[in-house]
Amino acid sequence: MAIPISYNLRSAVARWPAALVSVLGIAGTVGVFVAMLSMARGFQSTLIASGSEGNAMILRAGADAEMVSAIALEEVRIIGDAPEVMRDGRGAPLVSPEVVVVAAFQLRSSGTDANVQVRGVSPSALEVRPSVRVTEGRFFRPGLAELVVGRNAAAIYRGVGLGATIDFGGQAWRVVGIMEAGGSAFDSELWCDAAVLNQVFDRPENIFQSVTARLVSKDRFSEFKDRLTADPRLTVQVERETAYYAKQSRVVTTLIRVLGFLVAAVMAVGAVFGALNTMYSAVAARSREIATMRALGFSRGSVVLSFVVESLLIAGVGGALGCVAVLPLNGFTTGTINWQTFSHLAFAFRVTPGLMLAGLTFALLMGFVGGVFPALRAARMSVARALREL
Amino acid sequence: MVSVDGTDIPGSLIRVRHLNKQYRRGSETIDVLQGLNLDVGAGEFVAFMGPSGSGKTTLLNLLGGLDVPTSGSVTVDGDEITSMSARRLSSWRARHVGFIFQMYNLIPVLTAAQNVELPLLLTRLGAARRRQQVATALALVGLSDRAKHYPRQLSGGQEQRVAIARAIVADPTFLLCDEPTGDLDRKSGDEILDLLSALSRDHGKTVLIVTHDPRAAERADVVLHLDKGVLVHDPATEPVA
Ligand SMILES: Nc1ncnc2c1ncn2[C@@H]1O[C@H](COP(=O)(O)OP(=O)(O)O)[C@@H](O)[C@H]1O
Ligand SMILES: [Mg+2]
Repeated sequence: MAIPISYNLRSAVARWPAALVSVLGIAGTVGVFVAMLSMARGFQSTLIASGSEGNAMILRAGADAEMVSAIALEEVRIIGDAPEVMRDGRGAPLVSPEVVVVAAFQLRSSGTDANVQVRGVSPSALEVRPSVRVTEGRFFRPGLAELVVGRNAAAIYRGVGLGATIDFGGQAWRVVGIMEAGGSAFDSELWCDAAVLNQVFDRPENIFQSVTARLVSKDRFSEFKDRLTADPRLTVQVERETAYYAKQSRVVTTLIRVLGFLVAAVMAVGAVFGALNTMYSAVAARSREIATMRALGFSRGSVVLSFVVESLLIAGVGGALGCVAVLPLNGFTTGTINWQTFSHLAFAFRVTPGLMLAGLTFALLMGFVGGVFPALRAARMSVARALREL
Repeated sequence: MVSVDGTDIPGSLIRVRHLNKQYRRGSETIDVLQGLNLDVGAGEFVAFMGPSGSGKTTLLNLLGGLDVPTSGSVTVDGDEITSMSARRLSSWRARHVGFIFQMYNLIPVLTAAQNVELPLLLTRLGAARRRQQVATALALVGLSDRAKHYPRQLSGGQEQRVAIARAIVADPTFLLCDEPTGDLDRKSGDEILDLLSALSRDHGKTVLIVTHDPRAAERADVVLHLDKGVLVHDPATEPVA
C-alpha cells in the first residue's frame, strides 16, 4: 500500500503559506484560462444560436459573408419556388431576401462609436425565423422607414429606445419595436424593410445580399441544396443557417482562444515555478520524514507517488478556486467586434462544466509538472544522509 | 551467541563479513569500518559502544539496509542484503527491521496510532487487523490512551515509546536502536530500556542498540566496542572461554 494521502493533505495544510503560493498561482492561471475560453464559447454560441437547423442561408457562390454577396430578385423567386421551402397560409414561400449595412452608433458605456449591423429583411422575416420575437412595440410596416431594434442593441447604444427617431443614411428612422432573439447575433442588430434600406442607401432595388429560406423540414436540406446548386439559372452556395453562423464565429473565437492559450501559457510557466518552489521546499523541509518512511520500507516509487499526489492536491484546490472565481462571469454580457461583419456584437460569457473540467485538468497538469521533479529528488535522496540531518 | 572474529556461530541470525565503509569528503577518504566481522544469534540483546564518530550509526545503517558498504557482506537470516537491489531492500526492511532513532522520527502530522500503523500499510493486512495490531503495540508500550495524540502533544519519552510501538508492530526479525535514550531524561530513558529489555527477554526479539549510556549497556547480553573500524568485546562482559 502507498503512503497515506492524509499524510500529504495534513503536511500541505501544516505548511499552508507555502501551499497558498501554489494555490493562488494556479488559481489565477486557471481563472484566466477558463475566462478566456468561456468568452470564446459565449461568442461562438451567440452566433450559432442565430442559426436554425431548419433554415438555409443562400449566398452568391464564392462569397463567405453577406457583405460580399449579391443575389438578384429573379434568383430569389427561383429559390422560393423550390418545393423544400415552407409556405405561409397564403401559399407564399417563407424566404427573406436580405441586405445589410453598417452604421455607427454611440455606445452608452463609453460614448464612442461602434458599428451596428442594420439588416433589411422581408416583411415575413419573423416567420422565417421563429426564434425572433417582438417583445415591445410592433414589427415594421413594409415601405416605411421603421426599425425594430435587438434587445442588446437597445441596451448598449444611446438613443435607440422604443419611439426614438434615428438619423442614418440621410433618412430619419423611427424605432417601432424591440425584438428578442434568444441571445443570438440578431439581438445586436437593427432590422428594417430591405426595400426601404436599398432605397435609402441608393442600392439597386432588385439586388439582395443573402436569402434565408425556412425549409419544410430540416431533413430536406440536402435535397434543397442539390436542387439550387444544380440549377443553371443560379450561381449560389447553400448552407445550413447554423453552419453559416458557426463559420462566422470562427475568426473571433479562434482569436480569443489563441490569446487565451498564450496568456494562460505564460501564466502557467509562473504557476509551475511556484508549484516547483513549494514542492522543493516541502521536500527539503521533510527530508527526515521521507527518510523515515524509506527506512520503514516504503519504496522510492511510493515516495514519488506521494509527493506527486500532494502537488496534485494543491493544484486541484487551486484549479477549483480558479473555476469558482470565474463562475460569476457566467452570463455576464459584453461585446466585441465581429470581424466578419465589422459590427459590434453583444454576447455573454459561458462558463460551462466542460470548460471548468478543462480548467481543472490544466491545473492538475501544472501540479504534475510542478510536483514530479521535487518528488524525484525526494526519492533519490540518500536515506542514511537525510537521517543524520537535524 | 555473538562473535566478532569472523568465526561462524551455529544458527546465527546476522552475519557480517569483512565490512568496509569509506566516506569521501572532497579529496579525503575516511575509513570508518575496516574489515568488520560480526555474528549475532537470534534473540540476543547486543549493545554497541564507542566514541562519537567511531562509526556506530554507520554500522547500524549497514545492518538495516539503509546504506551500502564499500565492500564486504551483511547476511540476515540467510538473505545477503548487501547484494540486493534498492527495490528489494525496501521491502526487505519493511519485513525484517524495526528502527528506533535517537530523535524518534515520528511523522508530526500523523497521530500516534497512524504513526504506528505505517509499517502495516506495507503488509497485506486489512484495516480491522491493522487497527487491532496497532492497539496491541500501543498497549505494549503503555500508551493506549494516547492513540489519537499527535507527536507534539507527547513527551519525549512517550514519543520514543510510540516509535518503539511502530518498530515492533509488524513483528520484524530484529530491532536496530541508535541511541534511543540519548535525548531523554534518566527516568524516561529507563522506561525505554525496560521496554527494550522486555522485548528481548519476554518476546525473544533480537535487539541491537547503539548507546553511550553505561546503564543501557548493563541491560545488554553482550557489549561490543567499535574501535578503529572493528568490533571488540567489552572486557567486562567478555565471555570466559
Ligand atoms: N555521509 C557522510 N559523508 C562523509 N562522512 C561521513 C558521512 N556520514 C558519516 N561520516 C563520518 O563517518 C564517521 C562515523 O560517523 P557515525 O557512523 O555517525 O559515527 P557515530 O555514530 O559512532 O558517532 C564520522 O567521522 C562522520 O563524520
Ligand atoms: Mg551516531
